[in-house]
Amino acid sequence: MAKVEDELGRTALDEEVEPTAAAEIAAPPEILAESLGEYIRAWGRRVAGGESGALPVVLALVIIAVAFEIWTQGLFLSPQNLVNLFIESMVFMTLGMAEIFVLLLGEIDLSAGYVLAVAAGIAGLLVQKPGPNWPWWLAIITALVCSGVTGAVWGLLVSKLHLPSFVVTLAGLLIMWGVMLVILGNAGVVSISSHILVNQHVLYQIVNGNIPPVAGWVGLAVLSLLFAGITISRDFGRRRKGLVAPPPGLTILKIAFFVAAGIAVVAVCNVNRGSSLVVLAGVPWVVPIVLVVLLLWVVLLQRTKFGRYVYAIGGNPDAARRAGVSLAAVRTWAFALAGVTAGFSGILYLSWQGGTSTNVNGGQYVLYGVAAAVIGGTSLFGGRGKIAQAVLGGLVIGAIYNGLYLQGVQVQWQLIATGLVLVGAVLVDTLSRRGTLSGSATRI
Amino acid sequence: MMSPVPGPESPATGAAAASSLSPAAPPLLQLRGVDKHFGAVQALYHVDLDLPAAQVTALCGDNGAGKSVLTRCIAGIHQPDHGEILWNGKPVHIRGPRDAADLGIEVVYQDLALADNLDIVQNMFLGRERVHRGLLNEDSMERAAAETLRNLKVTTVRSIRQPVASLSGGQRQAVAVAKAVMWNSKLVLLDEPTAALGVVQTRMVLELVRTLRDHGLGVMVISHNLNDVFQVADRLAVLHLGRKVAEGPVADFDLQSVVQYMTTGSAHR
Ligand SMILES: Nc1ncnc2c1ncn2[C@@H]1O[C@H](COP(=O)(O)OP(=O)(O)O)[C@@H](O)[C@H]1O
Ligand SMILES: [Mg+2]
Repeated sequence: MAKVEDELGRTALDEEVEPTAAAEIAAPPEILAESLGEYIRAWGRRVAGGESGALPVVLALVIIAVAFEIWTQGLFLSPQNLVNLFIESMVFMTLGMAEIFVLLLGEIDLSAGYVLAVAAGIAGLLVQKPGPNWPWWLAIITALVCSGVTGAVWGLLVSKLHLPSFVVTLAGLLIMWGVMLVILGNAGVVSISSHILVNQHVLYQIVNGNIPPVAGWVGLAVLSLLFAGITISRDFGRRRKGLVAPPPGLTILKIAFFVAAGIAVVAVCNVNRGSSLVVLAGVPWVVPIVLVVLLLWVVLLQRTKFGRYVYAIGGNPDAARRAGVSLAAVRTWAFALAGVTAGFSGILYLSWQGGTSTNVNGGQYVLYGVAAAVIGGTSLFGGRGKIAQAVLGGLVIGAIYNGLYLQGVQVQWQLIATGLVLVGAVLVDTLSRRGTLSGSATRI
Repeated sequence: MMSPVPGPESPATGAAAASSLSPAAPPLLQLRGVDKHFGAVQALYHVDLDLPAAQVTALCGDNGAGKSVLTRCIAGIHQPDHGEILWNGKPVHIRGPRDAADLGIEVVYQDLALADNLDIVQNMFLGRERVHRGLLNEDSMERAAAETLRNLKVTTVRSIRQPVASLSGGQRQAVAVAKAVMWNSKLVLLDEPTAALGVVQTRMVLELVRTLRDHGLGVMVISHNLNDVFQVADRLAVLHLGRKVAEGPVADFDLQSVVQYMTTGSAHR
């Protein structure tokens, strides 16, 4: 009897061994593949099945770059313009990171653009002389803390009172807009472009200062070694211990991509973009600074309990609740972190512009932030996305913005072009979600 | 509780020994005269029920009979109005899911409570992640999850790092069960585990239920499907409009009598 049952059981298991095509597509290839070739084939099947990953955004970037390069007759990909593009994109990237914290929960933060404006205003005002003349670092911390508290307030309203985040942060958009107007006062402008006042100068240099070219190469070498060391020791270590690990070829490829991208960025930034008399070269400080923030947030979201709970709540809030996760606490913290990150993009904005004014269009900026996240591949429906996707998405937005500006295209067309790209990204998100949903429905 | 045993091996031997060496030992869990009402609705009347270790008890009943309320009383989500719950013969008060988990009671709800976007390991450890210096200890969690699945003979998943969205219905059920038995649990309650499954996957889940029993765990299965019940259960209890109308070894019943109990509350044998 037991034997028969056993055999029944085993046949049942055997029939299940061949996974459906849909299951094949839903599983990331790096965990199933044993070799690089197998990985590439699995990846190809996934793309063909509608789970395209980073492919659309990379393709979009290439197409945009080629189109603008032709249209602007070589201006777009010039080193000088590329550095401008990186710098402009930093604000979009960091706003995108801010949005990803809440998008992963299936929420949205519409106030981020004016949180940026208020943070820029606070930091700018605090380093004025005559005025508070605070140390630059205290000005930054104050602006970030204020932004974080603001986000936490939205988070509390959303998680404790169960108000929709769309409405709460829409109100937040208006409130922060008003706050920006109040703090900038009648003058409506604040400048930090003094070269004599140290605290203003440091803030200004964040985006406008450059790392000496040699130091840039040394830094890249150190970073590459660190990245390679950590990636190899982790992937190969897991392989040796018999745990799920990507194929060795993929690990090497990842490192190669990282190093190649690093070399490209440093090489472009180290070209003299000044004149023969005044040399202007080097990687802007903002690049490594944003990289550090990115790394912090990646660790927080991928390697800590908090990050795991953010994903769990985005995927299935009931499951998270029954697992004992405090939904209110995680949601509030996520909104607070989105606020801090939006405040950080405000610091970058202030530095980039050498000041700020009541003209900051926070409504447009927040939509660019959401667009950066969604274009990068983060889902509006929660649970799917990675903070690093804001980097690619931010570059796409920055490239459109920069290219159309170079061409002297008026602002209305910039808006229309960005809107179209956003619609395209949301379409990809919705279609791939529908694909997975119908896929899992047939599998059940 | 906090140091989960990777495989169900250790709780298994303990429970199996207890039940086989001393036949006089009380059942793992007993309900005695449990009443539960919601407003005017009396969902449970004086229900007595035994859930012994190393046996599968099937709980049958028509829609609205009170099966889910009974499950939630055991899980600590509802408090009975009257009556008592005995754990290994001693009265206990289960005031919440935490208390239930501390005793070793785990519930697999019908909707499974899995996050589709997380992988198998992440789902199995959700809410009880292992941490090393503030960071998740993925290696240790992956090894423990793999061992539990191996012990349950769940060998069909291609990779333990697959997102749950990519699993079949039977595999999802298996992950939910594995998640429940990871934690040194002694009694597992399964609410309609096969309701949404096809033939092959149902067989796989029933096999899993037998494996749990063979490891010495007490299992209660709620099911509408009497074929499944007769295939897997050692004991059977029937609820009808909140009253327990029958309970006994599965050999005492046949399909017809169970249907009669379920629909009319009595049977002519
Ligand atoms: N939370 C509740 N509040 C009020 N009535 C409830 C609640 N839960 C269950 N009931 C009632 O108790 C009775 C038994 O329900 P239930 O246990 O869900 O039946 P089933 O056997 O189908 O699982 C039903 O009449 C139902 O309406
Ligand atoms: Mg029910």
